Amino acid sequence: MNREEKLKRQERIRNFSIIAHIDHGKSTLADRILEKTNTVAEREMKDQLLDSMDLERERGITIKLNAVELTYKAKDGEEYIFHLIDTPGHVDFTYEVSRSLAACEGAVLVVDAAQGIEAQTLANVYLAIDNDLEILPVINKIDLPSAEPERVRQEIENVIGLDASEAVLASAKAGIGIEEILEQVVEKIPAPIGDPDAPLQALIFDSVYDPYRGVIALIRIVEGSVKVGDKIKMMSTGKEFEVTELGVNSPKPVKRDELTVGDVGYLTASIKHVGDTRVGDTITSAVNPAKEPLPGYRKMNPMVFCGMYPIDTAKYNDLRDALEKLQLNDAALQFEPETSQALGFGFRCGFLGLLHMEIIQERIEREFKIDLITTAPSVIYHVQLTDGASIQVDNPSNMPDPQKIERIEEPYVKASIMAPNDYVGAIMELCQNKRGIFIDMQYLDETRVTITYEIPLSEIVYDFFDQLKSSTKGYASFDYELIGYKPSKLVKMDILLNGERVDALSFIVHRDSAYDRGRVIVEKLKELIPRQQFEVPVQAAIGTKIIARSTIKAMRKNVLAKCYGGDISRKRKLLEKQKEGKKRMKQVGSVEIPQEAFMAVLKIDDK
Amino acid sequence: MTEPERLGGTSILTSLYLRKMVIFLPKAVYIHIPFCTQICHYCDFNKVFLKGQPVDDYLKALKTEMEKTFANLPPENVETVFIGGGTPTALNEKQLEYLMQTINCFIDVEKEIEFTIEANPGDLTVEKLKILKNYGVNRLSIGVQSFNNNLLKAIGRNHKVEDIYKTIESAKQQGFTNISIDLMYALPNQTIQDVEFALNEFFKLDIEHCSAYSLIVEPKTIFYNLMNRGKLPLPSEDEEATMYQMIMEQMESHGYHQYEISNYAKKGFKSKHNLVYWDNDHYYGFGAGAHSYINGKRRSNIGPINHYLKAIEKGRLPIREEISLTVKEQMEEEMFLGLRKTAGVSQKKFYQKFSIDVLEYYREEIEKLIQDGLLQINEDEIQLTNRGRMLGNIVFQQFIKD
Repeated sequence: MNREEKLKRQERIRNFSIIAHIDHGKSTLADRILEKTNTVAEREMKDQLLDSMDLERERGITIKLNAVELTYKAKDGEEYIFHLIDTPGHVDFTYEVSRSLAACEGAVLVVDAAQGIEAQTLANVYLAIDNDLEILPVINKIDLPSAEPERVRQEIENVIGLDASEAVLASAKAGIGIEEILEQVVEKIPAPIGDPDAPLQALIFDSVYDPYRGVIALIRIVEGSVKVGDKIKMMSTGKEFEVTELGVNSPKPVKRDELTVGDVGYLTASIKHVGDTRVGDTITSAVNPAKEPLPGYRKMNPMVFCGMYPIDTAKYNDLRDALEKLQLNDAALQFEPETSQALGFGFRCGFLGLLHMEIIQERIEREFKIDLITTAPSVIYHVQLTDGASIQVDNPSNMPDPQKIERIEEPYVKASIMAPNDYVGAIMELCQNKRGIFIDMQYLDETRVTITYEIPLSEIVYDFFDQLKSSTKGYASFDYELIGYKPSKLVKMDILLNGERVDALSFIVHRDSAYDRGRVIVEKLKELIPRQQFEVPVQAAIGTKIIARSTIKAMRKNVLAKCYGGDISRKRKLLEKQKEGKKRMKQVGSVEIPQEAFMAVLKIDDK
Repeated sequence: MTEPERLGGTSILTSLYLRKMVIFLPKAVYIHIPFCTQICHYCDFNKVFLKGQPVDDYLKALKTEMEKTFANLPPENVETVFIGGGTPTALNEKQLEYLMQTINCFIDVEKEIEFTIEANPGDLTVEKLKILKNYGVNRLSIGVQSFNNNLLKAIGRNHKVEDIYKTIESAKQQGFTNISIDLMYALPNQTIQDVEFALNEFFKLDIEHCSAYSLIVEPKTIFYNLMNRGKLPLPSEDEEATMYQMIMEQMESHGYHQYEISNYAKKGFKSKHNLVYWDNDHYYGFGAGAHSYINGKRRSNIGPINHYLKAIEKGRLPIREEISLTVKEQMEEEMFLGLRKTAGVSQKKFYQKFSIDVLEYYREEIEKLIQDGLLQINEDEIQLTNRGRMLGNIVFQQFIKD
């Protein structure tokens, strides 16, 4: 292509994302758009085509990003090239969302016609506004009996301040309004600007690892162009590579010789580690580099940490291999070896958030078939010692002795909660219990409020979201961002089983609630740890002081009474199942502890 | 030249081999009658409501299945026949007689065999008892379960306590001298006093045998559904243990020897049929959903009655699944079945069967279990301790190697 052709093509490109609160219909709308543009034949449609991992389909969330090229013949007779960039739908992945939005000129904002604006809707809209995107509101699910499109239209105008007079009334499920949305994309979203002859600037918004081709980076060309064989450079690290393949997903990969301004596609260059293609980084030409990288890059830092240990100690190396393989695909995952007296050799792993943690855990168990013990999640504490030194503690059992501590600081988040005003009382009570500091409350309309609190992150990573859902019957939505560290009166609580301290069960707690927590947790552990052959005392201690105690009774009867009419295979299966269940537990001293017990600290219902 | 003479001339090896083969000849016949007039709340055996079922076809099919199976492997070594269910006594007199004739076709009941039928109290009319007696049945296993009308109702039985006494009285009158009852404990809302009462009623009956089973809530039962909805007030583990302990003690002091986890008998009245399972011997199994152990293979039959009938009709054996056991698995079963018996596992017999020293093969497991006070060695026998009997599953699973 010569410059003229490139510029002409550029005018017909539209890059956009769909943003929405979870369950407001983002994936269904994406599916309909693929259908409508004949990108995917109807018979090939699997629901939620863009969510490709099993786990994503099951959980109905997007973890890895995807970008698809579509062609759309508009009413003006021209054929347009659309790049639809999917965004992850969870607060853990906010940074990735912001980078994928940075690859777009516009965003389709989907709002549920019955539920209206939710916390994630707002969070995502603000990200889109930060990235100067043209936002096209769509009121979805208008065919629902409870739909109130006019109220929602008002809400969009009042709460977000967007002009919603031309918001499309749609039902992605029923296929209503899809064409109108596509026409608005053509009319309202600007074509990409940029000079095809300028030095290359390509934004990396995601990367995946492929065992045969190395890292595949998903990129948006912001300036210039790139060809197969070009020497490229990563601007954050200075590392250089040679491009081996370029292409677009449509949605199957289609190879291209060149990607130019406005294009959204993929690039491979024999890159071995996803760490070399960090999300938000800029790829430029090694021969003719751009002066500046694109704005907005930052290295992602994990916020939540936990210990992961193989139940079968022989699987330590397998676990390391699994973590390494997952890290190839996930630059935000961190891990380093650690040793626990109770659990043996394992890894302290860092995650973007709780969901991220659960996903990694599940993938290790499912895809790598390694049974895990995971310790309760922790945050990073900043500890000022009396000798003037300061340390960071990401594992509660490593908290120094109290007499050596001058001060402990813990991370706080700003939490925004949206809910019908009936639940204000319940939400405020919950936030107070979680040591929250009230900041603000605003009415979105007569019935809905948004409440802002500053809350310690450690309280959020425990069971905040579950409790919020149950105390608001699921009507509240929630979003948070890290705001920094504040000093707190914290102490380390140890748990002793059979008189022995189990380091993996230690946790950090606020001094004022230490006694209550101690009492609840020993009771909880008594419930969660099955009876053993011998009686097992459970104690909670701060330093050397025991503050609570309970007892797991000895097992008294465990024998199959029946003979199952000669069905010995069934007997065998039952015994094998019991044995298997035992294997899922970790032997600590003479006590067998199931995985749930390590999470007991998360399951405390605040009284 | 007759068979034995010809064998006499063969090598020692061959005769050893033949002796071994005898071990593998089925010792027992189990026959399953999958019909019931009432479905109990705890039962997960293969069974259906009697009404409208092709009972006559089923009995014919049973005959065909036995014919075919025995043609390949004659029942020469059979020492016990057991008719179970379902509810065998739900059959009418004509059907019962047909079943009896069928069995008599293949099995010589005049020989010293144990011939048991399961019965519901209330089902056993004098006429039915006469038929049974006439065709050689010499042992009755009566599904008493409880001596408390409220509990009987709660577990879905349709007999009353008075039926129990009547049935046993009339069975004795008809000359039955080997009668067993089933009792259940750890039932919903059952108290320790209730179990004690049941035991006393059993002792008064002065019969020969009792099987006392703790309730196990199995999937696909009414109780299972109730439990999942939190509506099954079961006794606690501690209460259940106390009940079991009490049963064991009372039985022993009344002259009923506990010869297996759940079975108690007067001297000379252990159930041969039950022991076939625990001794890990071979057995035939006939009927829908029946299990058998033949030639080292554990088999189960097709469960649904129509499918069972269809298979027979097409001239096939109604086998659903057949598992060939490896020697490792056979040894595991020798242990986890054998240890259920008070006598335990004989080291000598183990060696005879597998040519492996059991103490060597399971050295680590046995040492650990002895150390934990769950297992003991008594001359030739490896046995559960009293504590081991309460925690049998912990012991049994140790013998399943990875």
